Amino acid sequence: MSGVALRLQGVQKSFGKSAIIRGVDLEVPVGERHAIIGPNGAGKSTLFNLISARFPVSTGRIELKGHDVTGLKPFEINRRGLSRSFQITNLFHNLSVFENLRCAVLWSLGYRYSFWHRLAGLRDVRRQAEQVMEELGLAKRRDTPAGILSYAEQRALEIGITIAGGADVILLDEPTAGMSNTETEDAVALIRRVTEGKTLMMVEHDMGVVFGLADRISVLVYGQIIATGTPAEIRANAEVQEAYLGTAHAGDDGDE
Amino acid sequence: MIEPLFSRGRILLWLGGLAIAIVLPLVFSKGFAVSLLCQMGIMVVFALSYNMLLGQTGLLSFGHAVYYGLGAFVTMHALNMVGKGGFPITLLPLAGGAAGMAAGILLGYVTTKKAGTTFAMISLGIGEMVAACSLMFPGFFGGEGGVSGNRVTGKGLFGISYGSQTEMYYLIAGWAFVCVAAMFALTQTPLGRMANAVRDNPERAEFVGYDPQWVRYLMMVLSGFFAGIAGGLTALNYEIVTAETLNAHTSGVVLLMAFVGGIGFFYGPIIGAILITIMQIAIGGITKAWLFYFGLFFLFMVLYAPGGIASLLTVQRRLWVARLWWPLLPGYLLVLPAALVSLAGIVALVEMGYGLLEQEGTGEHAVHLVGLSIDAASGAAWAGAAALLAAGLLLVRWTWGRLEVKWNAALSALQNPGGAA
Ligand SMILES: Nc1ncnc2c1ncn2[C@@H]1O[C@H](COP(=O)(O)OP(=O)(O)OP(=O)(O)O)[C@@H](O)[C@H]1O
Ligand SMILES: [Mg+2]
Repeated sequence: MSGVALRLQGVQKSFGKSAIIRGVDLEVPVGERHAIIGPNGAGKSTLFNLISARFPVSTGRIELKGHDVTGLKPFEINRRGLSRSFQITNLFHNLSVFENLRCAVLWSLGYRYSFWHRLAGLRDVRRQAEQVMEELGLAKRRDTPAGILSYAEQRALEIGITIAGGADVILLDEPTAGMSNTETEDAVALIRRVTEGKTLMMVEHDMGVVFGLADRISVLVYGQIIATGTPAEIRANAEVQEAYLGTAHAGDDGDE
Repeated sequence: MIEPLFSRGRILLWLGGLAIAIVLPLVFSKGFAVSLLCQMGIMVVFALSYNMLLGQTGLLSFGHAVYYGLGAFVTMHALNMVGKGGFPITLLPLAGGAAGMAAGILLGYVTTKKAGTTFAMISLGIGEMVAACSLMFPGFFGGEGGVSGNRVTGKGLFGISYGSQTEMYYLIAGWAFVCVAAMFALTQTPLGRMANAVRDNPERAEFVGYDPQWVRYLMMVLSGFFAGIAGGLTALNYEIVTAETLNAHTSGVVLLMAFVGGIGFFYGPIIGAILITIMQIAIGGITKAWLFYFGLFFLFMVLYAPGGIASLLTVQRRLWVARLWWPLLPGYLLVLPAALVSLAGIVALVEMGYGLLEQEGTGEHAVHLVGLSIDAASGAAWAGAAALLAAGLLLVRWTWGRLEVKWNAALSALQNPGGAA
């Protein structure tokens, strides 16, 4: 399928008097891997929160796969095929790894609010949850409550819950934050595998990851996108150099 | 791993429970005992319906008696309407279930809009409102005297008339078994699991496609149904329903039952309902101070065993399976008498206090305790009781201190079985 997966038009968000997102226009074509970079506090997570309807937009319009989704509830947007992960791990902490994933696939397989199906009898649910669990490398932690997993395992499960339902537009907010180098490599490989053929939007601080993974990059500074382009274009962009890359992260980039 | 339809252990457990329920009134056949068993069966259903909210969905309700009470009143009116025969009494609790469910559909829509403290407060407010209504509409609620009826005028299925308390017990046991099984089955469905998810993290539930409000609402409606059935059984059992069935005290008792039993386990509220019913009726029959003991017991559980009795049992079972239980036994055997000494001290103090209060102005000061007659006005008796309590507490501290080291070691061995022996 071709076309536009996500389109943002004049999106603004203020908390009280402070304008955090100050007019964002963005188009992400179907199948693209799009990275959002920018300094701390630029509004990257807020932008994700707007797209996924965690917060309502102040003004502007958001389209998902050609349909206006502005003002919908998070679960309505999820049912239309958009799923997101959180910068701060957001799991069902008392439920086991397997149950977390099972909860993440139930709606998408059509079981909705059923109290007439027996969970244990739903082979499709089990198969899909177990497949994701294998993919995450968490099979040996199947029955461990999510709350007592290690940090890296929780981050993996965070991604797992996001992709388990089979959404075709995936938003990942700093999936590798706080990980060691090897853990980051594993996470990137995982993200690559599970978002194959899907539209991916991700916020990431690690320039190695960004330039290695993204088809296109948008740079968000102080609530506005100052540049969008291929990794090569972004690297060459003087304004970006000045606002962002030229400072702290210059040494990290370009390992491909 | 394939989850079996019904594991052998699980089938045995259910059959065992059923067998016990059938045999109990044969073993404890005195009228008093059968009444106690009836009350237990009703409370088991009520407490489990409560835990569908608290334990499974994370909704702390202070007004669950509304659904129970409305179920009871509607069943009583239904009984009086079908009294001439026709509708079998056996199925009458369904009228209570329908009433509880209808109340859930109407009131739940308001209460479940929010979770957390807001839900708790709204449930309290609605509970008070309905309790107030029960005084304002004597036509339906029967005013102070309540509504009464006669269950024997109707016909049961297969010609059972429910004239005797034992027959009534089997009616309650049958309904309780069906309801417990149904409520357990519900925990194994998509809705049941998503209720747990919403309890843990309502926000994330929204991002996997679920409306947490709707999950809470459905659980509320279903919980109202089972609470209504429990209410219906109460109506048939006592043949009278008063406003007390839907007031805040009843809501409080069911909360305590679920909590003391253990809200984190399906079977927890069953234990709580049985234990507290025994305390209410058995201890309540011996001493006027039973509410005081009840409060003390609740306090103790909240402070030292917040997971409830079910979690204590589960830990013991896991220790047993891991072969770590036997080494702890000597420690238990030391703590137990020490705890009993403390308890004796507390009981003596409380009973003397209540004795003085009760006999005020009569000139009598004698308090009878396990065959002893104590002069509650003497300083020596008070000093003795206080000394008993102090000694008991010191002993508990000392024996527990010795057990605690082993206990902690056993627990950590349980948590990392691969670790050092
Ligand atoms: N719910 C909220 N209420 C008020 N202010 C908020 C809220 N959420 C975010 N902000 C503010 O919006 C700004 C942008 O926050 P945001 O989390 O979007 O930044 P970010 O680009 O994701 O930063 P980081 O790289 O640190 O994750 C911050 O100044 C933050 O304080
Ligand atoms: Mg952020």
